[in-house]
Amino acid sequence: MSAFQTRSLVLSISILVFLLGIWEMSIPAKEAVGELTEYEILMGGAAPKAGVPPPSEIFVKAFNELSNPFYDAGPNDKGIGIQIGYSLYRVLTGYGLAALIAIPLGFLIGMSPLMYRALDPFIQVLRPISPLAWMPLALFIIQDSEGSAIFVIFICSIWPMLINTAFGVAGVRKDWVNVAKTHELSVWKTAYLVILPAAAPTILTGMRISIGIAWLVIVAAEMLVGGTGIGYYVWNEWNNLDLTSVIFSILMIGLVGMVLDAIFGLLQTRVTYQE
Amino acid sequence: MATSFLSIEGLTQKYPSPESGELTVFENLNFKVNQGEFISIIGHSGCGKSTILNVLAGLDEASSGAVIMEGREVSGPSLDRGVVFQNYSLLPWLSALRNVTFAVESRYSEWSSEQVNEHAMKYLSLVGLSGGVEHRKPSQLSGGMRQRVSIARAFATQPKLLLLDEPFGALDALTRGTIQDELLKIWAGTNQTVFMITHDVDEAIYLSDRILLMSNGPYAKVAESVEIEIERPRSRSSIVDDRLYYDIRNHLVHFLTTRSKEFSELSSEQAKDLPKHIRLSQKQPSKPKLLAS
Repeated sequence: MSAFQTRSLVLSISILVFLLGIWEMSIPAKEAVGELTEYEILMGGAAPKAGVPPPSEIFVKAFNELSNPFYDAGPNDKGIGIQIGYSLYRVLTGYGLAALIAIPLGFLIGMSPLMYRALDPFIQVLRPISPLAWMPLALFIIQDSEGSAIFVIFICSIWPMLINTAFGVAGVRKDWVNVAKTHELSVWKTAYLVILPAAAPTILTGMRISIGIAWLVIVAAEMLVGGTGIGYYVWNEWNNLDLTSVIFSILMIGLVGMVLDAIFGLLQTRVTYQE
Repeated sequence: MATSFLSIEGLTQKYPSPESGELTVFENLNFKVNQGEFISIIGHSGCGKSTILNVLAGLDEASSGAVIMEGREVSGPSLDRGVVFQNYSLLPWLSALRNVTFAVESRYSEWSSEQVNEHAMKYLSLVGLSGGVEHRKPSQLSGGMRQRVSIARAFATQPKLLLLDEPFGALDALTRGTIQDELLKIWAGTNQTVFMITHDVDEAIYLSDRILLMSNGPYAKVAESVEIEIERPRSRSSIVDDRLYYDIRNHLVHFLTTRSKEFSELSSEQAKDLPKHIRLSQKQPSKPKLLAS
C-alpha cells in the first residue's frame, strides 16, 4: 500500500471516529423514570420514549443481526439476509429482463438512423416517468405484487441501458467499421467482432447506471408492495418504532448498493480498451 | 490494346456545397494500372486523393464514372482489395496477432486455426514482429509497429490490389525508411498491384514504378503520369547517386509548386487527353521528353 493510500485510509477512519463520537455524545443518556404523570400511569407507565439510538446500539444490533442473517420466525420477523435476498432476486430478475430487451434494441437503434428517429419520441416520453408511477397500473394488470415490483425494476433499468447501447453502437469509429467492410465480415461477425467490443465500455456504463437506479427503486417499491425485502423491512421497523433497526438496514442498503456497483465497475475495467 | 488490370474511367466526385450548390472535387479521371505495378499518387490536400482510394476500396461511391478491375466493375468493398489506412485501423481490443488472424480467417474460412496462426505469424515476422511482441495490444506498440501490423494484415489476406493511404504519414523519418524497405521486400515476392497515396516526393520515387500527379482541387485532374525507370532492387544509398533521380525529383517538385494550379480552368475538351505520360530518360537529362499515351 502506498503512503498516499495509507494516509487517505487514516483520514477516512479519523473522520468516521469523529462523526460517530459526536453522534454518540449528542444522544442524552436515558433518564431514569421518575415520577409518572397521571397520563403515563393510565397508559401503562413507562413506555420508553423513542429516540435516535447512539451508534454503539447500532453496532450491537448489527452484530446480532449479522451473526444470524437467515433466521425466519414468521412473516414479520425474518433475518436481514433473507430480506436482502428477496430484494436482490427482484432487482436481478427485473434488471435481467431489461438487459435482454435493451441491449438488442439498443443495437438496432444505434445501427439504424431510421429506427433511432422512429423510436426516439417514445423513449423521450417514457424515460422521465418515475418508475413508481407505473406501480398502480402494474398491480392492476399483473395482479401480483411480486410481479409488479419486478416490472417496476424492469422499467426503471431499461432506459440507461437502451440509451447507452444505442449511443455506444452509433459512436463506433468509422475506421473500425471500414476494417470490417474491407474484410467482408458478415453483419453478425461485424456486430460480434467489431461493434460489440467497441461499444462494450459504453454499454457497461449504461448497465452500471441501471443497476444503481434499480437498487434505489427497489426500496421504494417494496415499501409499497410489502411482504418481504429490504424496503419492506425498513418500513416495518419504522412501524415498530425500532430506529436502531431502521438505521442498521439503511446501512445495509448502502453496503449492498456499493457491492453491486463495484461488481459492474470490475466488469467495466475488463472490457475497457486503450486506443 | 489489352485490357489492363485496373482501369479508372471518367471518375467524377461532386459534393453538395452550401455556397455554389455543388462542389466538384475531381472530374473525369482516366488512368490505367497494370498487374504488379506500384503506383503512387501525389497532390495537394483537397484534391480528392483519399476519395479516389476510398472509391477503389469500395467504401465510397463516386458521383459518376467507373472503376474496372479485371474486367469487372468494382462495387462495394472486397477482400480482393486490401487497405492500409494512415491511422493503422487496428482493433484496439485485439492483440496484434488477432488483428491479423481475423482477417486471414475471413479470407480463408476453410483453414484450421493452426494454419491461420501460422500464416499470420509468417507475415508478422516478415515485418519483424515476432518473439512475443505479437501478443501485445496495439496500445502497447509504437506507431511504427502498429503500421507494421497493419501492413502484415493487408499482405496476409493476399489481395490482388493493395491500397495504401499515406501509410507512413504519421511516422518519424527513420522508422519510415525501415518500413518502406520492409514493404518493398514483401511486395517484391508477390505479384501484387499497389496503389499508394503519399505527400512525400522522395518516398514516391523510391517505391513506385509510376507516379500520378494530381492538380489542385476543385476540378482536380490526374494531370501527369511519370514513369520511374530506376532499376530495382533500389537502395536508399545508391538511388541518390542516380542522375535520373534528381531529374524526376525536380520535375515532381516543379509540378507541385507551380504547374499543379494550372489545370483547374481547363475545359473538359482540353482535359480529355490527360494524364500526359512522361518519361524522363537518362540520355536527355536536361529537357524532359513528353510522350503522348
